[in-house]
Amino acid sequence: MQYLVSVIDDKENPGRTDRQPAISEFNERLIAEGHWVFAGGLADTESATVVDNRGEQAVFSDGPFVESKEYLAGVWIWEVPDLDVALKLATEASKVCDRKIEVRPFR
Amino acid sequence: MTDAREAVTRAHHEEWARVVAALTRRFGDLDIAEEAAAEAFATAVERWPADRVPPNPGAWLTTTATRKAIDRIRRENKRDDKQKEARMVHDDEPPGTLGVIDDDRLRLIFTCCHPALAVEARVALTLRMVGGLTVREIARAFLVAETAMERRITRAKAKIKAARIPYRVPAAEDLPARVSGVLAVLFLVFNEGYLATGSGADPVRDDLTAEAIRLTRLIRALLPDDGEVAGLLALMLLIEARRPARVSAGGELVPLHEQDRGAWDAALIAQGHRLVRERLAAAAAGVAPGRYQILAAINAVHTSARDIRDTDWSQILALYDQLVRLDPSPIIALNRAVAVAELDGPEVALAAADRLEPRLAGYHAFHATRADLLRRLGRGQESRAAYDKAIELAGNTAEFAYLTRRRDQLR
Repeated sequence: MQYLVSVIDDKENPGRTDRQPAISEFNERLIAEGHWVFAGGLADTESATVVDNRGEQAVFSDGPFVESKEYLAGVWIWEVPDLDVALKLATEASKVCDRKIEVRPFR
Repeated sequence: MTDAREAVTRAHHEEWARVVAALTRRFGDLDIAEEAAAEAFATAVERWPADRVPPNPGAWLTTTATRKAIDRIRRENKRDDKQKEARMVHDDEPPGTLGVIDDDRLRLIFTCCHPALAVEARVALTLRMVGGLTVREIARAFLVAETAMERRITRAKAKIKAARIPYRVPAAEDLPARVSGVLAVLFLVFNEGYLATGSGADPVRDDLTAEAIRLTRLIRALLPDDGEVAGLLALMLLIEARRPARVSAGGELVPLHEQDRGAWDAALIAQGHRLVRERLAAAAAGVAPGRYQILAAINAVHTSARDIRDTDWSQILALYDQLVRLDPSPIIALNRAVAVAELDGPEVALAAADRLEPRLAGYHAFHATRADLLRRLGRGQESRAAYDKAIELAGNTAEFAYLTRRRDQLR
């Protein structure tokens, strides 16, 4: 069972910026335990572009699809047997990243 | 004919959770388990009057429900994928390897009370899946529309399935964190049994109170050192002990001060008192008691008095003061006011109760308490109005009868 694990940061109250060594160490463990599928940190929301080609011609707009103080800072994909395992890891991940974590199953 | 109908009703009370739990283990799907269980009971309603009640109703119902579930899955598989069939034969945890306690219903409770579900959803789902209450009954207990409650339950079941909330009692190290939510739900199940809602219903549903007590005992066996588990069990036992004296032969609620104390269940009281003493010893050793332990202590004081006049109200008030600091809920404050009335008189208590009006205006017990205090102060007119309001809001038939008689006594 795969879960999308989103790391959520807050523009008004951002998490600490010194987390990378701890995150790398946590990733090593995810790999060793067979939970790691993919991970990646995202550049700032300012760097996002939204494309809408549902109409007659494609419209490009600068910035993220939704403006809010909370935003997606990075993602993991984990392979775990059930939600309890995912939540246990997410509890650790939140501490390790110093940020909120959303856990959401793939269909 | 009526015997068979009674047998179905009894089986529904006693076996519903067991059937749902067994099917959930077998098929790993709450929806299938619940629908197949409901179909099995519907079949029992048809068959039992004609074929006689089977010697083991629980086994009959589980077998019938299992067949219904398999039929259903086969039908769906013809249209859908093969995934469900795989799940059907895949029973990864055979009974007997479940650790200290092998109880399907306990696993069902921990699934329904998973912290990933909203608290209201946990309670509603537990009442439905474990308590066997209908959606209509649950909706009435929570004062929401039936369709809203249906949605809440459907959504919770969908989340359990989609997010893969496992069907298991959590591992030992996760138990303490998970247990407080479970205790809250069990207390609500108990309360629904103790003061059942619904106009046609029995005023007391002892199947629900018994099930809540049974499950709390199981949790106590899992966590023998948890003070709040002991506290909740003691609290339930001490309330349950008074049940035989609580509703009159005429179906009317008998308030504490009018109850025949000789009818109280002495064995349950002794068990409850033993647990409270155990917690008092822990408190003396410096472990701060939680709300269930304090509530249990209050009930221990009530059940220690042979006569209402011997009740140690100052002790009760001291316990309420402790409880208010821990749990500032207006309902606790209202109950504290009742103790205040005994010590400082109804006038002081009424002033305390009136301050709670903004938060308790929709709560029947608030108006019933005010009505009683006003009656004791000789303010008949206002008392009548308060009784009217309480009667309008009361959901329990015995309470309704009591409040109506009280009001009609006022001239």
